[in-house]
Amino acid sequence: MRSLIDILELSVEELDELMNTADDIMAHPAKYSEVCHGKKLATLFFEPSTRTRLSFEAAMYELGGNVLGFSEAASSSASKGESVADTAKVVSCYADIIAMRHPKEGAPYVASINATVPVINGGDGGHNHPTQTLADLETIRHELGRLTDLTVGFCGDLKFGRTVHSLIAALSRYNGVKFVLISPVELRLPDYVRRDILVTNRVPYKETTDLEAVLPELDVLYMTRIQKERFFNEEEYLRLKDSYILTADKMKLAKEKMAVLHPLPRVNEISVAVDKDPRAAYFRQVLYAKYMRMALIMKLLDIAVEIDAKEEA
Amino acid sequence: MKIDSIKDGIVLDHIKAGRGMLIYQLLHLEELDCSVAILKNVPSKKMGKKDIIKIGDADLQLDFNAIGYVDPDITVNVIRNDVCVEKKHVALPEELENVIKCKNPRCITTTEQELPHIFRLADRHEGIYRCIYCDTKASRHL
Repeated sequence: MRSLIDILELSVEELDELMNTADDIMAHPAKYSEVCHGKKLATLFFEPSTRTRLSFEAAMYELGGNVLGFSEAASSSASKGESVADTAKVVSCYADIIAMRHPKEGAPYVASINATVPVINGGDGGHNHPTQTLADLETIRHELGRLTDLTVGFCGDLKFGRTVHSLIAALSRYNGVKFVLISPVELRLPDYVRRDILVTNRVPYKETTDLEAVLPELDVLYMTRIQKERFFNEEEYLRLKDSYILTADKMKLAKEKMAVLHPLPRVNEISVAVDKDPRAAYFRQVLYAKYMRMALIMKLLDIAVEIDAKEEA
Repeated sequence: MKIDSIKDGIVLDHIKAGRGMLIYQLLHLEELDCSVAILKNVPSKKMGKKDIIKIGDADLQLDFNAIGYVDPDITVNVIRNDVCVEKKHVALPEELENVIKCKNPRCITTTEQELPHIFRLADRHEGIYRCIYCDTKASRHL
């Protein structure tokens, strides 16, 4: 039995396998519509995250399974003081697989070592959110046809954005990937990410504050929201929040074939006019996320379906 | 200064000067009934100066992981009848349980008190430990 707590627990081969399954689900949804018949997914959301929870639930329903769970700690036994370990043991008696989101970092890991069913980390504080990274990887591969030989730009809050750190770690394992890190000086990528991932793996990168100057060289632009809750000081937030706004005009500088990603929700960092641009991949990214969660649920439940290889041609 | 040798007991030698008190606290030596001596800034050919701890109980079970974490160069000598019967070199342990606490306020260990605080060695060369729950780095500069 296996869980998924951190994206790096999956090898590159396993990531490919999950993406192949997701592609096959997209091409042949009917083939997968009953593969989880009789199985139950428990969504244990100790903090609200409607988007992620609905994505997991939709994924399980589309596999023919059922869903039970709660969407905030107040409606769980945690409000009575039950430990994460006990909750995991109890829910293992009801469900075949658990998706957990928790504000405390490491809570899904604690659940995974106590549960008798697989646990998927649906986000733990500012720590890990592996299914978001699965969605990001699938979006890039599906939109551009490859995960190698890419120049990937990350723009906005690179300091606190956990999705950025996880995606950099995951993409660093592919050949020929270069990173362009675009942020205000105050929100630069933390030193430990730069050292532990980029320097250790000898991945080429450059840092800049100027989005327009580097836009023409990017194959992927990963935009992020500057999150108000990360700042202690309102003044600092207001000063930085509009640092980067991607507009239709700026998109004219970008390559014809490129993809704009965003983990959503967005505020104003991508203007609504960009949505019509075929390179705007962020809403399709939501769809890819659901297919990747379907592929992951199947993998962790050991459900194998033969993939139709003809689609590759 | 003249310091007597001990007949039966444990000598923690080659402690980096100034760290003796830290080792004393980490091993909870204040809870012992036997005699314990902390020697500070003892002249040493190899180290210039060092700290030494002498404990008057040869059968005491020490947490070698804790010792290795604070100072992997310490040697542990077990003395019986004035003879050194055992000499151990400690090293950086692979795992530390309840030796240090995770300082990340968002770590699950802050709300679930029964969880052991476990750190694993992430980089032996740099001596970096990380919390197994939240990956927060522990500083060895205690």
